[in-house]
Amino acid sequence: MRILPFLLLLLPLTLLAETPQTPMVEDESQRPLDAPAPDGIRRGGTLSQEYQAPNITDPRTELTRRARNFPQQPPVIPHAIRGLQVDKNVNQCLDCHSRSATHISGAPMVSITHFTDRDGQDLAAVSPRRYFCVKCHVPQDNTRPVKISTFRSIDQVLERAIQLGE
Amino acid sequence: MRMWTTIKSYWRTFNRPATHLSLGLLSMGGFIAGIIFWGGFNTALEYTNTEQFCISCHEMEANPFRELVPTIHYSNRSGVRATCSDCHVPHDWTFKIARKMEASKEVWGWIFGTINTPEKFEAKRRELAQREWSRLEANDSLECRNCHDFDYMDFTQQAPRAAAMHSTLLASGEKTCIDCHKGIAHNLPDMSGVPSGFHGDLLERDPQSRVMDGFLNQSSY
Repeated sequence: MRILPFLLLLLPLTLLAETPQTPMVEDESQRPLDAPAPDGIRRGGTLSQEYQAPNITDPRTELTRRARNFPQQPPVIPHAIRGLQVDKNVNQCLDCHSRSATHISGAPMVSITHFTDRDGQDLAAVSPRRYFCVKCHVPQDNTRPVKISTFRSIDQVLERAIQLGE
Repeated sequence: MRMWTTIKSYWRTFNRPATHLSLGLLSMGGFIAGIIFWGGFNTALEYTNTEQFCISCHEMEANPFRELVPTIHYSNRSGVRATCSDCHVPHDWTFKIARKMEASKEVWGWIFGTINTPEKFEAKRRELAQREWSRLEANDSLECRNCHDFDYMDFTQQAPRAAAMHSTLLASGEKTCIDCHKGIAHNLPDMSGVPSGFHGDLLERDPQSRVMDGFLNQSSY
């Protein structure tokens, strides 16, 4: 029991355990909190810095079908879709693109694959999993791309392979 | 019995020539009071036609108005716009008064909270929309035509299909604006069973129709 006061004297040593092991490099207030942002689509700036949003661009509305870059590519939408409602109540894309409307609208019919549900059952109408058109089909805008695409179609790849004599 | 005597005494006063007031004062006073009353009535009536008045109830502000905001009738490049009353209240006086009397039911609905939650509004959306569709079908889309005059439509400025539809079905009076242009200013209700105005026999009737221009001569996928 007589040793207890001496043990208590050792208590301040615990403070040492809290001090950082590594020496302080710099003053906290001097370090920039706003780290530079990685160069992604937008270049420069810092993490917290907000850039002015680019202008809303004009949709391409020339109504000509565009070639697909690969066979599985969902065709892009060659017209404006402002105000067209696609929700639980109604799908206005189907006003023109549904099977029963294409003969009068002249619009391409929804692909036959869209009538098949996930169990491979063919349905009478567009399958619920294909209902929200713009999940895959997107309109195009007249704008400068933020990244230049280096995509080459299979034709271009093959052509190049032949040229190189491979 | 006492009430009867009161009425009779009022009538006697009303029926007797004025003893102190001159004819000029009475006629001019009546004229000026008439202007003030009529002006006041009309001002109040016009106030109930403003967007500010319509959206003073949250039912209108939270649902139809919010849906109107992103549409071209609310905001566009030239700033010519249509607000609630331009489409929902007839401009002609007689019909306007008739519509205003009908609108007393909306006050009832407001008091009893018929559509005071998004769920209630959504549940009644089809009924409300149907009422407006029938109204516009009955008056040949009069409120559209207050601004969109068919006689001055330039078909060459329209998309081929729009021109084809307007120059045939609309021109012949077979269809009216609302038949095809539903849900242009507000979201559509559950449309099951509502025929899309786009379906028609345009090609069968008129094989020369230019409705398919721009589509037929393209390579298919």
